[in-house]
Amino acid sequence: MAMPRYDKLVFEIGAPGRVGYSLPASDVPVEDPRAGIPDSYLRREAPALPEVSEFDVVRHYSRLSQLNYGVDTHFYPLGSCTMKYNPKLNETMARLPGFARLHPLTPPASAQGALGLMHDLAQMLGEIAGMDAVSLQPAAGAQGELAGVLMIRAFHRANGEKRTKVLVPDSAHGTNPASTALAGYQVVQLKSLANGDVDLADLEAHLAPDVAAFMITQPNTLGLFEQRILEITDLCHARGVQVYMDGANLNAILGITRPGDLGFDVCHFNLHKTFTTPHGGGGPGAGPVGVKSHLEPFLPAPVVVRRGEAYALDWKRPKSIGKLQAFWGNFGMLVRAYTYIRTMGPDGLREVSENAVLNANYIMARLAKDYDVAAPGPCMHECVLSARKQKKLGVTAMDIAKRLLDLGFYAPSTYFPLIVEEALMIEPTETESKETLDAFCDAMIQIAREAEQSPAVIHEAPVTTSVRRLDQTRAAREPDLRWAPRR
Amino acid sequence: MRYIGNTRDNQREMLGVIGAGSLEDLLVRIPAKVRLARPLALPPAMAETDLVRHLRALAATNTDADHAVCFLGGGVYDHYTPVTIDHLISRGEFFTAYTPYQPEASQGTLRTIYEYQTMIAELTGMDVANASIYDGGSSLAEAALMAASVTGRAEIVLAAGVSPLHRRVVATYCEGPAVRLRDAAARDGVLDLDAARAAVGAKTAALVVQSPNFYGCLEDLAAAAEIAHAAGALLVVAADPVNLGVLQAPGRLGADIVVGEGQGLGVPLSYGGPNLGVFAAKQEFVRRMPGRLAGATVDLDGQRGFVLTLQTREQHIRREKATSNICTNVALCALMATIYLSLLGKQGLVRVGELASAKAHYAAERLGAVPGVSLAFGAPFFKEFTLRLPKAPERIVARLAKQKILAGVPLKAFDRRLADGLLVAVTEKRTKDEIDAYAEALARAVA
Repeated sequence: MAMPRYDKLVFEIGAPGRVGYSLPASDVPVEDPRAGIPDSYLRREAPALPEVSEFDVVRHYSRLSQLNYGVDTHFYPLGSCTMKYNPKLNETMARLPGFARLHPLTPPASAQGALGLMHDLAQMLGEIAGMDAVSLQPAAGAQGELAGVLMIRAFHRANGEKRTKVLVPDSAHGTNPASTALAGYQVVQLKSLANGDVDLADLEAHLAPDVAAFMITQPNTLGLFEQRILEITDLCHARGVQVYMDGANLNAILGITRPGDLGFDVCHFNLHKTFTTPHGGGGPGAGPVGVKSHLEPFLPAPVVVRRGEAYALDWKRPKSIGKLQAFWGNFGMLVRAYTYIRTMGPDGLREVSENAVLNANYIMARLAKDYDVAAPGPCMHECVLSARKQKKLGVTAMDIAKRLLDLGFYAPSTYFPLIVEEALMIEPTETESKETLDAFCDAMIQIAREAEQSPAVIHEAPVTTSVRRLDQTRAAREPDLRWAPRR
Repeated sequence: MRYIGNTRDNQREMLGVIGAGSLEDLLVRIPAKVRLARPLALPPAMAETDLVRHLRALAATNTDADHAVCFLGGGVYDHYTPVTIDHLISRGEFFTAYTPYQPEASQGTLRTIYEYQTMIAELTGMDVANASIYDGGSSLAEAALMAASVTGRAEIVLAAGVSPLHRRVVATYCEGPAVRLRDAAARDGVLDLDAARAAVGAKTAALVVQSPNFYGCLEDLAAAAEIAHAAGALLVVAADPVNLGVLQAPGRLGADIVVGEGQGLGVPLSYGGPNLGVFAAKQEFVRRMPGRLAGATVDLDGQRGFVLTLQTREQHIRREKATSNICTNVALCALMATIYLSLLGKQGLVRVGELASAKAHYAAERLGAVPGVSLAFGAPFFKEFTLRLPKAPERIVARLAKQKILAGVPLKAFDRRLADGLLVAVTEKRTKDEIDAYAEALARAVA
């Protein structure tokens, strides 16, 4: 079904003098609200903002929304992003006035419910990950990584050790090296084995005395569980190296195994992946970070603590790495994640991972004849295919992604991990039914046939979306980043 | 379990296709030694009705801004939020999409980001704005790092009025890159220009000024710009975009980078997060900016369309050499702000500022007239101001909370010299009656 076409921006609708707000008249005896403010501090003319009615706004944004695929409307197999169903109950709970309308600087005695929820959520995440302490403050996964690496840095420094390097595999998410560099470390890239596993001999060769940490994703970015994980963490610890787990793939192992039990010292959680908080078109997420007890003194401040029957924000953390955002964390997301964990319970969470793994393996099995599988399975919650066969016919991973849009599916992640040629990374999640997976696999098989027989239909794609393929080069060469009236 | 689609029959059938005997067969790569041999020690699953009851009870123990009169500020405010915003952002096509990696199926999100960038650039008086950063604190931190990178200098001078909460975030981010922070003192609540002149020098990457500052006072941004630029440093201004219908755009006063907490643009208080980090800069710095940027282009048929652009700045391409580690930002909060600014529009945002300023000035007069209470500073202010109280502010605040008045933020924890200070914010939502009732309750409490 073709998408509706709509090409307006809000600046291109409305009429001078039209309004969309409702504000009261002033009821205070102040004649000039600008009195007492120096002229030079004041704006001379009103900002050039839209002049539209409320209904103009509703129609415009409703129509814009229809130019998007979302999880609610489309299968969204974006690997590494865990695009699962976002329960509506979470939304209703996050909007309770006691949560949504609570100011962060409310005296803690008047915010006990919020602090209690945070305290309990941190405990539950700690149990899920086998970590001793959890900070809910990081705003997203990348900020969780930054917090984790800074804690490792503070730990080494407290021990009087000067270590300057962090090892990161070439299969890692881009945020890993970026966060590590931001934390002041030199990044050393390690070559992974073809299936994404760590090359143990190579790791050992790189574990020099100046290495502070090794940062890996478990299951790895090819969707495989790193089998020799205990050897890896033991080897690192023997050299005084801390091991960081990128928790992007936590959806694969809930209740089955725990980062803490695998020997990791730090891991972050992406609540917008594993714990069903919405992705919102690109955030907000939430990226709590869990640590073993030796790193606890370095957690971001303040820490939510329980003192007798009362909850408090503990600011007296002299070894803390400091603050990551102004307040306590993305609380609205924390309420949603808490609601989800309480909905699922321990057995439900294990079923989540079992079904996520089942669904990914089912897709891999159904597509193995028509696409190259990047690494032999069984895989965990996602599978990585390579379109190298199709590329020989002139059809790339990107082409396949575009054709999927026409067939009514969002695309898998493409060209990631970097170590797989023409990668298509597919993460179905547990919330999708077999019927949806079958429809997706049928579409993928159809595309494989088309690549052989009628590649033009793939190269033309997408044709059902509101726009066709877009000129990325022009966008970058002549950046047009804000609207201006057409002359 | 209602969030999982597979039935037992589905599972059996799928295992058959896979060629596995059981779910367990799929987990063979996980060594037995590391398996969790017990169920997770979590509370058992709750039915929807029970969970709603539990969370309602928990929420009810909080004193929120619907059940008390809120004079709290310090970065986030109880501003008017048109109900329309929540209806629109809740559409699943916006709410449950992700980063627009496939632009052809994400034009809704990309167009709203482009609209957002345009509005923020207009309000701040900057050439370009990005798609957002997590919050005001991390935006300021990113601005400090960007200034250091642009100038090749490693020292940031922060005016004393910069939010201490944001300052701590800046300090965290500056730890790794070894960017040093220096403070420039205040006089009567605003930046002491002589102190700033003394602090800013050849090593300074940027002078950072917040206006209105944490204590509510308006800063002389033009003078700050002169001091920064004379030393070859940038001026970074932290501003609350809600105020910029009435207050001059920092870009017009010499700012090189403008950041701020945009929560007031229709984002729920939500106990401090998620918020909206605003980030805008001059055109010449666009390739050094952190975060995502949406840009206009054309499709194969020459029709207008939008994409994420200049991505070679970003971590997924540039990895350890990226301008920032940020990936997921706060697109949904930026959408809230875009819808808010559309609804309020050209006239409404000015009206919000005028109402807030009028009510704040009335409140300052009423509260400042309470015996023993005085305004801490003589500098001009906008919607927030600092009082000095004759009794410990923490105790006054606790007492008034019982009367359903959230009286303000005690400043002792932020500034020891203001142990008797109380920060009071007044938005357009407060009424004369609420302000009068607060003044009377304060008079009784300090008597």
